[in-house]
Amino acid sequence: MTPNTTGFLKFFRRERRRGDFIFAAAMLAFSLFLLASFPSQTTPAEGTAWSAQPTLWPAIGVFGMTAFAALNLLSSVLSPRIPGRLAELRVWLGFLEYAGWFLGFVLLVPQLGYLPTSVLFAVALFWRCGYRSARMILIAALTGIGIVVLFKVGLRVNVPGGALYELLPSGLRNIFIVYF
Amino acid sequence: MEHLLPAIGLLLQPAVLVALFVGSIGGVVIGAIPGVGPAVAIAILLPTTFIFDPLVGLSLLLGIYGSSMYGGAIPAILMNTPGTAVNALTTYDGYPMTRKGQAQRALGLAYSASFFGAMVSIVCLVVLMPVLTKVAPMFGSREIFLAALFGVILVILSHRGQVFAAGMMACFGILLNTIGLEPINYTQRFTFGQSWLSSGVNLVVVVLGIFALSQAFLLLSGSDDHVEPQKVRGSVFSAMREVWKHKRVAGVSSVFGVGIGIIPGVGEFVSQFLAYSYAQRTSRTPEQFGDGSPEGLIASEAANNSVPAAALIPLLALGVPGEALTAMMLAVFYVHNVVPGPQLLTGQMDFVIALYIALLVLNIFALAFLLISTKTLVRVISIPNRIIGILVLMFSFVGVYSLRNSITDCLIATGFGLFGAILKRLNVPIVPIILGMVLGGIMEAKFRSAMARVQSPLDFIDRPISAVLVLAIIGVLAINLRSTLRQHRARSN
Repeated sequence: MTPNTTGFLKFFRRERRRGDFIFAAAMLAFSLFLLASFPSQTTPAEGTAWSAQPTLWPAIGVFGMTAFAALNLLSSVLSPRIPGRLAELRVWLGFLEYAGWFLGFVLLVPQLGYLPTSVLFAVALFWRCGYRSARMILIAALTGIGIVVLFKVGLRVNVPGGALYELLPSGLRNIFIVYF
Repeated sequence: MEHLLPAIGLLLQPAVLVALFVGSIGGVVIGAIPGVGPAVAIAILLPTTFIFDPLVGLSLLLGIYGSSMYGGAIPAILMNTPGTAVNALTTYDGYPMTRKGQAQRALGLAYSASFFGAMVSIVCLVVLMPVLTKVAPMFGSREIFLAALFGVILVILSHRGQVFAAGMMACFGILLNTIGLEPINYTQRFTFGQSWLSSGVNLVVVVLGIFALSQAFLLLSGSDDHVEPQKVRGSVFSAMREVWKHKRVAGVSSVFGVGIGIIPGVGEFVSQFLAYSYAQRTSRTPEQFGDGSPEGLIASEAANNSVPAAALIPLLALGVPGEALTAMMLAVFYVHNVVPGPQLLTGQMDFVIALYIALLVLNIFALAFLLISTKTLVRVISIPNRIIGILVLMFSFVGVYSLRNSITDCLIATGFGLFGAILKRLNVPIVPIILGMVLGGIMEAKFRSAMARVQSPLDFIDRPISAVLVLAIIGVLAINLRSTLRQHRARSN
């Protein structure tokens, strides 16, 4: 569907994907919220030149964002629409599942430790993605171990040991806390 | 010459060589896997590099940046799927050559053109060095502010058809950078009374969310539809010599890459477009372009691979990154209290030369690796998308969590991951957010110090470089407006 536009409004036409209008409207709403919050979320410094005011750059950000968001919404309205808004929204909501997986991983590491969580997580996600043969599960477990060996043993990245490691015998516990 | 030996000494440290080797080979592999790309890899590795010396960390990231485009040519040529976004133009002529049974010729041309482009850009850097050391100290606060402003404007305008969205994202980036406790007057800005926002929004967390986690969400939510890559038969090496037959196209394309790469905010796509148009216009067989033209393939690859070295110029000379990857590298400098800019060029020239030699070495590593491993890499690029998504998700955890062991950081990164995934689905540009954050910080600091020394805004143009920058900004805006009006008129007719 192409909106009937004339004159300078044609300038605003562009290619538009499914869900573009929802996004453009949401961004404008967010910008307006930030704009409304501006007086309460910034404090001007008395006796300071305008160029050094702590409010100057937040103002540039918020006002610029609102102006561009309004133009972007106008451009969205005036551009040919591709149907499928709700289907696209479902795709966006689908991302939440994997965000949940990630946050689950984050919350489990301090409890179970990096190595057990990585192996568990890799196997569970392989399973979730449909890779359920014994070979793929083995590959998943090895992937989890490999990542831990690469980053914790090899690169010594800063991931603390899990609470579960406290249950291990003292010698093994130290090794697990330092390396896994 | 006096800096060359200390620079070689810096580079010969085992840790630097290992970082270069791992970075360049890792970059080729990462570039060869469609759906990952150097931005994701650099975002993930960024916090890890903070524990190393700056040269080690930068060598690792430079290795990935400089060699990923070599690898990205493989799926572009064999599967019609660019490994990295900048290899998209390579598919135009690379894949038709593969369909004609010339896969090894196309790969050889891509590798040699990439290497050619990289060498030309490094030579240009070396030649430009004396000029840079003279010009860079002439950049004071107002010039650096104007250069950063120029970069923001170019980033917005370079997203044709998405200018409003790019402007919105750049302003969002500028706003994100201001969140937290303001360092001069100690006032809170957009913290909404939340203590976790007082220290600001960490650039690395945003980068990891918006580049890496978003990509993981997209890959995991998608399907494993996969195009089987064509087999490569014969020697890639023999095809590499052919680039000499087209050295004019390779040379001019590389110069386009260098010229465009230096300008902040423009990057590989514009240089490729200019190089490809030039090659087609001057070719004796323009009808072959898009249907397996060796010149088209050379133009595309030489132009894109000459950008990384050139993109380092504004970063090193002025501390102004031109695109997302150099913006991420800026974080490595800051973490180690190495401030890129005129002082770096005058005070630590051996460090700068070491980086240039590192660029040369990583290209040799990447090319050598490709010559012996192309057939193996073809198998690597067949890994299903969702498994790559799982790997990216697990690697992202290391990146975010190892930074400060903060669950809040992970939550923020997840939020930006969701936001980034939606932006990618909608084809809304994400790079302006990162550049807005980085350049916004530079603009705020430099504008404040510049304005303390001027009486009126007109003083901004009383120095030659700042006057040139102001003219460049006005010129770019005028040219863009003119071309938009022309397009509008053409569409109306």
